[in-house]
Amino acid sequence: MAMSFMEGNEAVAWGAFDAGCRFFAGYPITPATTIYNTMLRLLPPAGGICLQGEDEIASIGFCLGASMAGLKVMTATSGPGISLYSEQISFAIGGEIPIVIVDVQRLGPSTGSATRGADGDIQFLRWGNSGGLPVIVLAPSDVRDCYMLTREAFNLSETYRCPVFVASNKEIGMTRESIDVETVPSSRPLKRTASPDPDRFQPFAVRDDRTVPDFLPIGGPRVVRQTSSTHGTDGYITTDPGEISRILDRMTRKVAGAVGNFSLHEVDAQDDAGILIITYGITARAARVALDDLRTAGERVSLLVLKTLWPVPGRLIRKTAENIERVIVAEMNNGQYVREIERLLPQHTIDFVGRMDGTLISPEDIRETV
Amino acid sequence: MAASLLDTTRPPVFCQGCAHDKVTRTLDEAFSRLGLEGHQIVIVSDIGCSGLFDTFFHTHAMHGLHGRALTYATGLKMACPDLHVVVTMGDGGQGIGGAHFLAACRRNVDLTLLVLNNFNFGMTGGQFSATTPPEASIGSGFLNRLERPLDICQVASAAGAPYVSRCSTYSKDLSREFERAMTFRGFSVVDVWGVCPGRYTRNNRLTPAMIDDALARLEPTPGPVAENQRREYGEYYREEARRQDALPRPTTIDKEVAPPQNLRQDIIVMGSAGQRIITAGEILCMAGMTAGLQATQKNEYNITVLRGPSISEMILSPTAIGYTGTQRHSVVIAIADEGVARRSSVFESLEDTALVIRAEGVAIPECRAEVISVNFKGLGIRPPDWALAALGVLSTRNRAISPDMLIKALHYRFQEPVLSSALKIVQSARSAG
Ligand code: SF4
Repeated sequence: MAMSFMEGNEAVAWGAFDAGCRFFAGYPITPATTIYNTMLRLLPPAGGICLQGEDEIASIGFCLGASMAGLKVMTATSGPGISLYSEQISFAIGGEIPIVIVDVQRLGPSTGSATRGADGDIQFLRWGNSGGLPVIVLAPSDVRDCYMLTREAFNLSETYRCPVFVASNKEIGMTRESIDVETVPSSRPLKRTASPDPDRFQPFAVRDDRTVPDFLPIGGPRVVRQTSSTHGTDGYITTDPGEISRILDRMTRKVAGAVGNFSLHEVDAQDDAGILIITYGITARAARVALDDLRTAGERVSLLVLKTLWPVPGRLIRKTAENIERVIVAEMNNGQYVREIERLLPQHTIDFVGRMDGTLISPEDIRETV
Repeated sequence: MAASLLDTTRPPVFCQGCAHDKVTRTLDEAFSRLGLEGHQIVIVSDIGCSGLFDTFFHTHAMHGLHGRALTYATGLKMACPDLHVVVTMGDGGQGIGGAHFLAACRRNVDLTLLVLNNFNFGMTGGQFSATTPPEASIGSGFLNRLERPLDICQVASAAGAPYVSRCSTYSKDLSREFERAMTFRGFSVVDVWGVCPGRYTRNNRLTPAMIDDALARLEPTPGPVAENQRREYGEYYREEARRQDALPRPTTIDKEVAPPQNLRQDIIVMGSAGQRIITAGEILCMAGMTAGLQATQKNEYNITVLRGPSISEMILSPTAIGYTGTQRHSVVIAIADEGVARRSSVFESLEDTALVIRAEGVAIPECRAEVISVNFKGLGIRPPDWALAALGVLSTRNRAISPDMLIKALHYRFQEPVLSSALKIVQSARSAG
């Protein structure tokens, strides 16, 4: 078994590269910078493009332009940069522009602590766009996940034509780990569907009962329109409420209605468990240790590690919590995703383990709550 | 001459007498004279009345957020070097997108920027923009009196735009001017002055003749700026990119030896920035990997670069590693006071089986562990190498890593000439250990 030693951020870059990403633009920000550094070494020699924007707004703007030209694109930042991305994220949602956005989270609020970890952007990633349409958010818990989920993020963004976030954390992105990249299971790289009938192409029309429009690139032989304005299937402004609601309902459905296809997770279930620990991200690692300790001590506990956070995989969560009375949600913030769990499981007793001081939630923190 | 690219089913919807109307028709003239077809052009339009431009033409179109048109245009042009990229933006977009404007001038990607300058925000009610004269009466009350208007062309030239021109919407030469700007290879800025009857000229007098007068009083802008001529960014980029070496796949490390102990090891290095703590930690982990151990390395340091504590926590384990924080430490390497201060609590919980390697001169709290004090200075080793040297000491004790593992790791991590000096440091430290 040949192992490599790399940090989560490098694994994200390699995952992107292996997924076919050939355009990256970013702005330096700790703890995400090493993604940019790695992409800068990966892309140009491979005929790709890596740019440093004058700010985060420009960086993601470059990506949106390049994505409309048909390239697979990625950008990476941390909390302050995600905040600046907001208007462009809305554009990517409304314009159905595929893009992978990596948020290597650091302790906030605001500038916060550049070199301390947190999972403080989890609700922000979902709701930090005007209009509030759904997005996809994947959360890695280790270096292997960084590679695998970044590849998956590209496939999802190409398939559903929407922004897909990789919600990493300083404690994953900048933590190095031994990993055997070659054996990480990875799905085949997918590409957005090209229109089979360019003559009658409409940029936002869907065929049959599909929910995702076909794609043609700007710069190709058939002229293509992209717009951030409320548009009809032809990509021109519309004021017809019927047409507006049809297109916005479709955009909502295409992501929210499809989560059953990509509810990525790990479950470690025990028969007759009275307690279910639900967690995600770096905290999953402490939870696994706590789980072993608790079981050794005779407790009956199950563990659900969510890798898809948004759309909320409601069916998966409800099903895993069936017949279990008590749920413990552990996350590296002061209570964000726990809201979703409370909403989904109103009959359960729900306890929360949180931490927002730049240090990791430890296995003891979880054990004590149990 | 190619056919008109105007979409006759979508005629311009500007107010009567709006300068944008003339610019639309003139731009179409320029397109035909250049013999371009719709698919060879993308119009990237900003926000406001100038943001409607993309809808009147049979060309590729991208209409995005206010002030950000140049960002999409840059991505498009980098991805499609043969595409003609024309950006239409008002004086409003120029103001809010100022950073992108400056960067585009400096970067010199082959884009054509038309700033349709009518001295106010038409669509939102005639508020003042970056170019509104202080004496104008506009929709922002007295606020424009307090600010100085921006000279777009001066700024563009100063920021390095290789093509800058200012002209009137009503100039007979306008379509030629658009052609010149579009055929120029590099970033070209055309500051096109015009009237906005819907808002601006309701309360201010501005006629084509007055625009001509005003332009005549300003420094002429002939187009190419002599001192800013240089290679187009995309072309330059591709040339540089071709010269870059491909990044090799990450180094892989095979299990080659057996570890001295087949037990989990939690190791912490407490040092300060500049002591290459993180590199030493990486080497330790690679050493572990040569014995088939799993490894994690978690680092803590302040945002300052060459100051402050630097802590690295490593776990080597024959089984999968969960939580990455080190807990029951088997080895502590203490080589700077500030590192020790940051994690002094570690010492309280050390068991008597633990090993502490301490640089002489670094104070550590009382503890139950065995402490080895090393006079690195006396060995002629400089502080930036103490962390590496401590690994040499550790390997001599056959704790967590063996000398063999360490030397293998150094070969994985370094190339000559660094490799030789690293081996030397480890060698002299081992004699001390
Ligand atoms: S408001 Fe001004 S700029 Fe807008 S269409 Fe009317 S005249 Fe033209």
